[in-house]
Order: sequence, then C-alpha cells, then structure tokens
Amino acid sequence: MSDFILETVDLTKEFKGFAAVSDVNLKIRRGHIHALIGPNGAGKTTVFNLLTKFLPPTRGTIRFEGKDITHEAPAATARRGLVRSFQISATFPHLTVMENVRIGLQRKLGTAFHFWRSDKSLDVLNDRAMALLEDVDLAGFADTVTGEMPYGRKRALEIATTLALEPTMMLLDEPTQGMGQEDIARVVDLIRKVSANRTILMVEHNLSVVANLCDRITVLQRGSMLAEGSYDEVSKNPQVLEAYVGSDDMADAHH
Amino acid sequence: MRPTTLASQSALLNPAVLYTTLLVLGLVAPFTLYPTFLMKVLCFALFASAFNLLLGFAGLLSFGHAAFLGSAGYVCGLMMRDVGVTPELGILAGTVVAGLMGWLFGTLAIRRTGIYFAMITLALAQMVYFLVLQIKATGGEDGLQGVPRGHLFGLIDLSNNMAMYYTVYAVFCLGFFIIYRTIHSPFGQILKAIRENEPRAISLGYDVDKFKLLAFAISAALSGTAGATKTLVFQLASLSDVHWHMSGEVVLMTLLGGLGTILGPAVGGATIVTIENQLAESVGSWVTVIMGAIFVACVLLFRRGIVGEIQALLKRAGMQ
Ligand SMILES: Nc1ncnc2c1ncn2[C@@H]1O[C@H](COP(=O)(O)OP(=O)(O)OP(=O)(O)O)[C@@H](O)[C@H]1O
Ligand SMILES: [Mg+2]
Repeated sequence: MSDFILETVDLTKEFKGFAAVSDVNLKIRRGHIHALIGPNGAGKTTVFNLLTKFLPPTRGTIRFEGKDITHEAPAATARRGLVRSFQISATFPHLTVMENVRIGLQRKLGTAFHFWRSDKSLDVLNDRAMALLEDVDLAGFADTVTGEMPYGRKRALEIATTLALEPTMMLLDEPTQGMGQEDIARVVDLIRKVSANRTILMVEHNLSVVANLCDRITVLQRGSMLAEGSYDEVSKNPQVLEAYVGSDDMADAHH
Repeated sequence: MRPTTLASQSALLNPAVLYTTLLVLGLVAPFTLYPTFLMKVLCFALFASAFNLLLGFAGLLSFGHAAFLGSAGYVCGLMMRDVGVTPELGILAGTVVAGLMGWLFGTLAIRRTGIYFAMITLALAQMVYFLVLQIKATGGEDGLQGVPRGHLFGLIDLSNNMAMYYTVYAVFCLGFFIIYRTIHSPFGQILKAIRENEPRAISLGYDVDKFKLLAFAISAALSGTAGATKTLVFQLASLSDVHWHMSGEVVLMTLLGGLGTILGPAVGGATIVTIENQLAESVGSWVTVIMGAIFVACVLLFRRGIVGEIQALLKRAGMQ
C-alpha cells in the first residue's frame, strides 16, 4: 500500500471561469497531521468540498487509499472513512448532545431505515456515545440540547460525532476558529489525541497551532499551491512570507 | 435518555395520560357528536398528520398531496363498487397505490429543494387531476358515485353509521400510530438530523435522498389511507379531493395545528373541518376568505400553531 493515503492530481475547480482551485497536487502521508493554510479566499474550503465530493471538480482526480473516488457520491466517500467537519460548526441543534453522537454511531447498526422500530433500540449505543463524549469532556452535557451549548463545546461535539464513524482520515476546517485561548488549547490536545492511528488534514489560520501540531504544511494562494514542507521550511519560504505580508492572517497567527 | 423538563411532569403533558384521555374521548365521541362529522374530522386529521410527517419532520414542502388523497379515494371506490372487494381491501388498495405514486413523485422531485420541489409536486399532481377528469371510469366532474360501504372482513355491515365510525376510528388510530412510530424510530432520528443539518448528515455517510424518498412514500401512503377511508364514509370519490385546493388546505391544517408537533396537524385538521362545517351554511363562499384570513393570522401571529403555542405556554409555566 502506498505511503500516501490521499492524493490529488491537477485538481481544479472553476466557478464561472474563476479558478477557485487550480492544479492542486496534494499528497497526504498516512498518519500525518497535515495543514492546509493560506489567506482568506485562497480556496481551502473549496478543496475540502472537492475532496469530500460536496462539489464536483472541473478537472483532476482524487485518490483515497489507492482508489479513484473522483466521481463518488459524498455519503459514499464518508462511508469509506474520509470524513469532514465544516468551517461553521455543524451540529444538529435541536437534538441533545447524546443524540448528536448517536447519529454518527447509528449507521453501523444497520437499522437507519427501520421506521417500524422504536427509537429505544438505539439505547444500545449509549455506552459508546458516552465514552466518546468523555473523550471530548462533554459527558456532563449529554442531555443538553445542543443549540444551548457554548460555541467551543459545539466544536468538540462535532469532533466526537465525527469520531463515532471511526474515520481513517479526518478533514477539519478551522477547528479553532472563533475560540478563546482556553478552548484552543483544549481542541489542540483533542486533535493530538485523536490523531493516533489516523490521518488528519486541517485548515488552520492560527499558525502557532499549526507549528506545534502539524507534520507537514501546504500553502495555498489564489487557488494554487505556493509551497509545501515542514513548518520550518514553509515559514522561511520568501514567497510564503510575501503572501502573508500585510494580510490579517499573519496578525491573527501571532496572537 | 430524554431530558425531563418540569413541564413534562405536569399530568396533562405526560404522554401516556394524554393519549389515553384522547383515546377514550374518541371512543365516546359519537354518542354526543354527529358520527359523519366526526369521521370527516378523523380522515382529515390523518391526512394532515401524514402530510406533517413530510413537512414537519423531513422539511419537505409538497404541494401535491391532494393527488394521494384523491387517487386513493378513486382506487378504493372503484375496487368497492366495480370489483366488489371488502372495505379493508379497498382501503389497502388505495394505500398501496398512493404509496407507489408517492415513490414515483418522490423519485422525480427529491433532487430539487425548496420552491422547485414544491413546484414539481404541484405539476405532477395537476397531471393526476387532469387524468382523473378525463378518464371515463372516474366519472369526470361528478366524481365516482354510488360506492357501497360493504361488509368489513365480509362480516360487519358498515352501512350502520356506528360500525362505520369505529372502523374509521381504528384506521385513524393505526395510521396515527404508524406516524408516531416513524417519528420515534431510528429512521425518524436520521430524518430529524437531515432536517436540522443536511450537509452534516451527508458527511456522516447517510444517503439523504433515500431517507427523504422513504418519508415521502410513507406520507403519501397514509394520505391515501385517509382518502380511501373518506370515500367509504361518503360513498363518493370526489374530484375536489384531487384538486390543488386540497393540497393547499392540508398545508393550512398543518400550520394551524402546529408544524412538526405530533398532535398539531390532527388538531388543525379538526379545526378547519369544524369551521367549514359551521360556516358553510351561514356565510357561503365567504368561507374561502375566512380561511385565507386564518392562514395569514397563523403565519403572522402564532407561527407555532395551536399545539405549538400551548406547548410553549406550558413550558414557560413549568419553568416558573
Ligand atoms: N459556490 C461558489 N460559487 C462561486 N464562488 C465560490 C463558491 N465557493 C467559493 N467561491 C469562491 O472561491 C474562492 C475560494 O473560496 P474558499 O471558501 O475556498 O476560500 P477559503 O480559503 O476557505 O477562505 P477562508 O479562509 O475565508 O475560509 C473565493 O473567492 C470564493 O468567493
Ligand atoms: Mg474556508
């Protein structure tokens, strides 16, 4: 099996002639935490949408674990073990925290279409759901309606729900966005913890998070790959420095 | 693992007490109210509840549900009158045909969302309307007349209004239970997840279109159950049941009673039927204007509908 769990070849997405992503050749090594960084509008979220099939590419191919998944349905790609989170927190706000995680666990029971069965049959998942909630420090919130939780907790819940699928690879779109120092530290620890035995590709504006978490970094600018390498390599690259000069991101990063 | 709020501890909100009370009320109702009126109420209550399964729990606004109510009525009527089957088989036939139509409509419409979804269902339902109007067997503008009520299981004569009432009541309870169960099932959980955040549900590996399609088919089938039963009661399959007015009316019933609540649509259906019955004689065609006014008031003033508002009130009272 190849060392690279995910590869793209000349991945391109054009919106009405405007190239949001152009000729991106990503190679993500199995087991790495890989960062995708770049200024606002660089095309990072679009890359995520392409990788998880939420958008069809204009050109190019995507290979996950050696299989060409370019034309697969998004839910099928998720079932393969390539699971994403969203830039804006994605939970089910009117369901309880426990129910949110159970949605992630439920598919494996094989009863998702059973409309004649009582939902009490889902209680067999409660122990596993509780264990996942404990992993992200949310056990005390199990019965809370999700929408009533603070933002940082929702992001933690999102990770717990994603973990319920036992994904081989997780894509995290700005997991620390809009968080205070304390929440950021918690999420960084969490990502480090869950990165054991899996690969993570994350979009992150906070460069100190990138520096102490990620094995490898790809820099995107106006849809194209500007640089790739370790944090030290990338942060010394004059083109990268230039791209970040005067941009808000650099300021953000040094907070 | 549901949170127990203070409000849900009050006796009336205890589901077991509430449903038992309603069940008993339904059993004794024909001794004080006109059975025919009650049967009409029950048919529309079931229709609205089935519609709400789709709009309230899958977030899909169909504007073609009259096609399922009406077609099932014709199928049941033809089976009873021309084939001579027993009533339970007539209702079953209407249900199955409506369910299959729902599967077909759903397959064609489900890839679209919002207004486009509503428009496709409306267009398909209009096609059904014109078919029913043109085909000889359905009696054109007069509808399908002279449908016998027949003998339930070949034994119980339904021309007796009380026997007919309890049959309709049993059908309603069964249909309502199926809806209740669907909402509180593993499938219902996924449906709620899709309604709340569809992209997230997809990213968790669920083929959301398949879930929506099944919800559509169940909703259509049970709308058919309501329509077939209604045909038995009135011994007539009427053209107005396939008309788009009916598709609009069920939206009104659902909103008035409380979208996404379990009892709301039934309450809304009962309310609308009652208003229509009371007003039809005294104000004539002004009833349309009154319905319009109710609709506007509902959307502007109490968006949660009757049951939704009551629930909110009780919750607030419970918290204090
Ligand atoms: N559906 C779409 N239709 C048209 N243009 C789009 C669409 N989605 C994204 N774009 C454009 O593509 C470019 C890249 O957007 P994208 O969201 O991928 O950037 P990003 O790197 O994630 O930015 P941010 O850091 O702000 O999240 C932007 O100019 C955006 O306006
Ligand atoms: Mg983005």
